[in-house]
Amino acid sequence: MDLYIEGDPVADTRAPDGPIESRWERRRFEAKLVNPANRRKMTVIVVGTGLAGGSAAATLAEQGYRVKSYCYQDSPRRAHSIAAQGGINAAKNYRNDGDSVHRLFYDTVKGGDFRSRESNVHRLAEVSVNIIDQCVAQGVPFAREYGGLLDTRSFGGAQVQRTFYARGQTGQQLLLGAYQALERQIGLGNVEMNARHEMLELIVVDGKARGIVVRDLVTGEITSEFADAVVLASGGYGNVFYLSTNAKGCNVTATWRAHRKGAYFANPCYTQIHPTCIPVSGDHQSKLTLMSESLRNDGRVWVPKAKGDDRAPRDIPEDERDYYLERIYPSFGNLVPRDIASRAAKNVCDSGRGVGPTKLGVYLDFADAIDRLGRKAIEAKYGNLFEMYERITGEDPYEVPMRIYPAVHYTMGGLWVDYDLQSTIPGLFVIGEANFSDHGANRLGASALMQGLADGYFVLPNTIANYLAAGPFEKIDGSHPAAIEARRNVEDRLQRLLAVNGDRTVDSFHRELGQIMWEHCGMERSEAGLRKAIDEIRALREEFWQRVRIVGDADGLNQSLEKAGRVADFFELAELMCIDALHREESCGGHFRAEHQTPDGEAQRDDDNFAYVAAWEFTATGEPSVLHKEDLKFEYVHPTQRSYK
Amino acid sequence: MNLTLRIWRQSGPADKGRMVTYQVEDVSPDMSFLEMLDVLNERLILAGEEPVAFDHDCREGICGMCGLMINGNAHGPQRGTTACQLHMRQFKDGDTIDIEPWRARAFPVIKDLVVNRNAFDKIIAAGGYITAPTGSAPEAHSVPVAKANADAAFESAACIGCGACVAACPNGSGMLFTAAKVTQLGLLPQGQPERYTRVIGMLDAHDEAGFGGCTNAGECTAVCPKGIPLSTIGRLNRDYLAATTTKRPDSPTA
Repeated sequence: MDLYIEGDPVADTRAPDGPIESRWERRRFEAKLVNPANRRKMTVIVVGTGLAGGSAAATLAEQGYRVKSYCYQDSPRRAHSIAAQGGINAAKNYRNDGDSVHRLFYDTVKGGDFRSRESNVHRLAEVSVNIIDQCVAQGVPFAREYGGLLDTRSFGGAQVQRTFYARGQTGQQLLLGAYQALERQIGLGNVEMNARHEMLELIVVDGKARGIVVRDLVTGEITSEFADAVVLASGGYGNVFYLSTNAKGCNVTATWRAHRKGAYFANPCYTQIHPTCIPVSGDHQSKLTLMSESLRNDGRVWVPKAKGDDRAPRDIPEDERDYYLERIYPSFGNLVPRDIASRAAKNVCDSGRGVGPTKLGVYLDFADAIDRLGRKAIEAKYGNLFEMYERITGEDPYEVPMRIYPAVHYTMGGLWVDYDLQSTIPGLFVIGEANFSDHGANRLGASALMQGLADGYFVLPNTIANYLAAGPFEKIDGSHPAAIEARRNVEDRLQRLLAVNGDRTVDSFHRELGQIMWEHCGMERSEAGLRKAIDEIRALREEFWQRVRIVGDADGLNQSLEKAGRVADFFELAELMCIDALHREESCGGHFRAEHQTPDGEAQRDDDNFAYVAAWEFTATGEPSVLHKEDLKFEYVHPTQRSYK
Repeated sequence: MNLTLRIWRQSGPADKGRMVTYQVEDVSPDMSFLEMLDVLNERLILAGEEPVAFDHDCREGICGMCGLMINGNAHGPQRGTTACQLHMRQFKDGDTIDIEPWRARAFPVIKDLVVNRNAFDKIIAAGGYITAPTGSAPEAHSVPVAKANADAAFESAACIGCGACVAACPNGSGMLFTAAKVTQLGLLPQGQPERYTRVIGMLDAHDEAGFGGCTNAGECTAVCPKGIPLSTIGRLNRDYLAATTTKRPDSPTA
């Protein structure tokens, strides 16, 4: 059987043309508006309360829509955006170092290895400056200079200092800003907040997204919720690898359920492996912890020149160390983009020069920076990260170099959306990491926070009006056949999971799935490996439905049951990721195919054949998906081989 | 190492609850505390017993979702550390460890070690923000903020809303949590217009949610994983006093 079928191309019918600088303005002007009196009559469901979902829910409520917000955590403040450390990019050019909207646009398109849409990325760069203004007005305590103005620093893939930050907790501070704006609207009665609720199905009526089926995780009650539009801001799917820097609860269920209902899933194989994470310490490991990319501003990455050099790092003399990033990429040095830094770490470890007990690690050394700037300055910049490192590893990074290794961190793929951030299901909008649109095949550091807030504060609240202008739509309730069917599907699936009553835990399956994915669909992929992975995933999925063991019932808090539903969806996604990776016979960004590399081991793109977005349409479990291609056109940034040398 | 765990089990809000003893073997010192609980839960599931319910998410000490009383200490023995960041090297072979949920009137138990902290959200909804609707913000550099104030605001803003302060307080007070937000926003020029309405709104919501009053026991700051200082409560009290006098500092001058 074929792994997939090729269908008709897909086009972004909302994409404006004309000069790129005025496209966003023109789209806003051409889009229909909803007058304030009519906004009160319309309800929007927002799933997820991270930077994208929280900011969107707050902003839509400020505009006068009625909003219902959902998150699986106990409070909207806990969404995983909170863990983002390093910073947020914005083209303010406060440093007078040559930055501009056009340069941020250029860096992002190039950083994404020429696999993103120019129009979307330009819009992102334009609104980046408004985000900083907005967050400062909310009281986000960004780092400041002595004169009282905002401080910035450098991040990977850029030669300007455009990254705003709040020590190593930028995501936390930005999220709390959005959360507080959201809580204000909750207090005013404009947002109905439903924490500890999980979306388990999308309700589609007459081809339009009209609601969701949710489970109250505390009582187990399943309800159908209706609205005039549904916004998914449910984050990425990095937990398909089991071990990742994502929170334990991060999952693909909301987007996958929408995919099964007709929303195309774009570029699922584009995953970001972050170069600086704390290495795995044993089989018990439940998650991986990131050490912010900002550390590469002052830390130097190295391994011993000789294979199997077991001396303590301080005993290895300077001339026997290989500062390989500085050696291979002299102009960007330790600040090359993430995909490049990760693969370089893998290569030196594969060559037998890795460090630490597992030999899967490289040093990130601050000795030079401490000599140059003093311990106090390093403490002020990175104190909390150094403490976190010491708590986890038991080693003091002021004395001993950190050991780091790449880990799954972010997913550039997601539900396909047009320029308005609308999916292939009318009325279903997708924002933040859950969509695919802005980062191409590799996301630059400090750009996730930018995109989440751009979508939630500034893009979606403008574009969704164009859709809602045709509303309010016909009232529906739980008696509608589509709602009854969606609800029954959810109930049946929960009962099926409970009925298996096998002899393996959900986590044991998840861990095994993660190993398959890391081995064959991780930092380096090959045809043979991907084919093997697809077979293994299918077999494991079968086994899951025959042997999984869940204790308890669906009538109350049951954390194993929650996990089981999420892992079941990860199985289906994993297969699609491998098929996408297999079909993309090129290397680009985070997708590195062993068969497609330059003589010096860099990614070899094939623009003639693969300069497109792969948008996948679901048919049925185990049946081949349909591939729809969206051609990418580059009018402003000419694709070249990315060079950071 | 081998450990004896005594864990609070409570099937739901109506159940009285009890401590149940479990043995766990072969615990690695490199495991986190929650990974040790994962190991126990895997074993319970295979034995057909309900796993221990506990809240957790990011497992890197920032989301604030985890919260356990470990041997009577909120988040356990290591200072400045959430339960998810606590590692088993802090314990020794043969130890007996008591694990209980946060206990406070404002945080009812949902199941086992999981409690309802919705009261914190209500405090924020009652004023823990700066009103700045999207799109209305002035240029970021139009209002400079002295670095010392920005740094102090950050220190208070680091609160993760875990509730350890409440669990540790003999009065079950949520004052440190409330004061952290009042202090952060009160230190910034952007926060001045609502400074006095904010503190009244938040404190009213605090009292209404069933939190106790502050008697300066100082247990809250001792267990706070982010080291929010007790001085924030002094600041809250000053603002509250100013806000409730007839002539408030922000009253329009006649």
